[in-house]
Amino acid sequence: MNDHTQERPGNRLDEQVHFAAVDEFLAWGKENSLFYLLFATACCGIELMQAGGPRYDVDRLGMIPRATPRQADLMIVAGTITHKMAGRVRTLWEQMTEPRWVVSMGSCANSGGPFSKWSYSVLNGVDKYVPVDVYIPGCPPRPEALIDGVMALRERVRKYRTLGVRETTPHIVAGHEAPFGGGGCAVPPVVEKAKE
Amino acid sequence: MTIEAMTPNGERMTLNMGPHHPATHGVLRIVVESDGEVVATCTPDHGYLHRSIEKIGECIDWPLFVPYTDRVDYVCAMNANLAYCLAVEQLLATDAASAVKVPLRGECIRVLVAELNRISSHLVAVGAMAMDVGAYTPFLHAIAQRELVNDIFEKLCGQRLTYNYVTIGGVAFDLYAQASEEITRFLDQFEREMVRFNKLITTSTIFRDRCASVAPVSAAEAIAWGLVGPNLRGSGVDWDLRRDESYGLYGQLAVRVPVGQCFAGRHGKVGDCFDRYVVRLLEIQESVRLCRETLKLLPPPAVKANDPTGGYQADVSRQLKKPPKGEVHCRTEAPRGEMGYFLVSDGTKVPYRVRCRTGSFSAAGIFHKVMRGIFLADVVTVIGSFDIVVPEIDR
Repeated sequence: MNDHTQERPGNRLDEQVHFAAVDEFLAWGKENSLFYLLFATACCGIELMQAGGPRYDVDRLGMIPRATPRQADLMIVAGTITHKMAGRVRTLWEQMTEPRWVVSMGSCANSGGPFSKWSYSVLNGVDKYVPVDVYIPGCPPRPEALIDGVMALRERVRKYRTLGVRETTPHIVAGHEAPFGGGGCAVPPVVEKAKE
Repeated sequence: MTIEAMTPNGERMTLNMGPHHPATHGVLRIVVESDGEVVATCTPDHGYLHRSIEKIGECIDWPLFVPYTDRVDYVCAMNANLAYCLAVEQLLATDAASAVKVPLRGECIRVLVAELNRISSHLVAVGAMAMDVGAYTPFLHAIAQRELVNDIFEKLCGQRLTYNYVTIGGVAFDLYAQASEEITRFLDQFEREMVRFNKLITTSTIFRDRCASVAPVSAAEAIAWGLVGPNLRGSGVDWDLRRDESYGLYGQLAVRVPVGQCFAGRHGKVGDCFDRYVVRLLEIQESVRLCRETLKLLPPPAVKANDPTGGYQADVSRQLKKPPKGEVHCRTEAPRGEMGYFLVSDGTKVPYRVRCRTGSFSAAGIFHKVMRGIFLADVVTVIGSFDIVVPEIDR
């Protein structure tokens, strides 16, 4: 009855051309290509590996492991962080290009987990050194829990604005040296509050 | 040719591998001094994952330490549980009043889960080694099979990685209904899948030539440097604690021990990376057989949990409040070699000392020796072939 019924499906202008703000378009791209840093320190690393395996297959979410922090958007801290390691975590985070996100996977990275009470060498929470966007509980979390955490992070990435007013990520300004390994100050780092 | 002859002008470059490196299996740091492509010295730097597990052992009750043994070696947590529990049982057996007898069904389940976990651990080892040298697909096949083992363990104890399943005096839960059928079905399809896996990677000429003659360890060297487990057997030493100092049910099972014998053909040497790799694959086959044998021995379940035949757990709560004084060292054969616990008891409900001896530690000790004079690109092959799990080194 109308002219456009004569056209092939999917060939219409409004099906091929989409209008969006540049910011939203960039956020859409970021959200669907969260390359993550292959950063497995302990037990959770195995579950991270399984999440990349054939059954859970996080590749389908656009998440591809990267060996170098320069190419990564997302750091999944999978496992225990010791005081000796903490300074290196901070270095790796600093090497990642903006915008960057951090997921803390598992109880050890969240709070020290089973080692928080008795251990003298384990950092009680990686958020003392790098700003964490999403915390995933579990010891270790299942791959489904990791994917759920990534979904929560994607919500956050979608709101990220490259050009306009951006949501500032909390930024640690001082004291990132490891107390024992890095030779720096032993004062816990100061976390700047996220600006609304 | 000596390294000095290969590096005539003596100019060397220091290269840090790790602590964040995808091929170092966690947070191992290796400082490599190289001249061009040739490794001159190689120094492992440990401690990036030192979680003071042994110290924690001195703070908490005997049975509460079992979950921490999971974290000592998370790739084969069942075997790590088993090593500690056997050590505590051996300690209790030093006094006749507190000796504990694990029910037969409990022993069978222990062997079953230990061998299943050995399969899944070796799958990670061979898959990750293939990935380290550049073959990604075999790794995915190995992970897919590991998922199936995880399914069985999840039904058994509710966890996928850190099980806390083997307890002092037996195991925490009985096998679920249809467990035997499911395990048999898994083993059947797993054997078919391993044929495909071997076609994909083990018989590949590229992979074989990549690993042949790389970092050979002779039998005498392997013994002198204290290598254990598949690394020792890869060098042609016929030694397996399951057969030679058998514990639990292994005495009845007649374990067959594969040893390295220059599997790579005329280009290889005994004890090279390919031998260590193939020995792991052969151990997987042996574990499949042991699982089948154990399922045949499995007695029917009893009503009472501490029934001497059909039960799965002896009651030890009374003994653990006041264990006998003394010290004990118990060795077991974990996938990464001997895992032994040295326990000192002062007669209280908290251990005086818990010392853990693991296979990866001694494997890391030989790095500086075998890496001298090899190519830089082979460093990851060697790390993969020794199957390092870093918390085993650092604890």
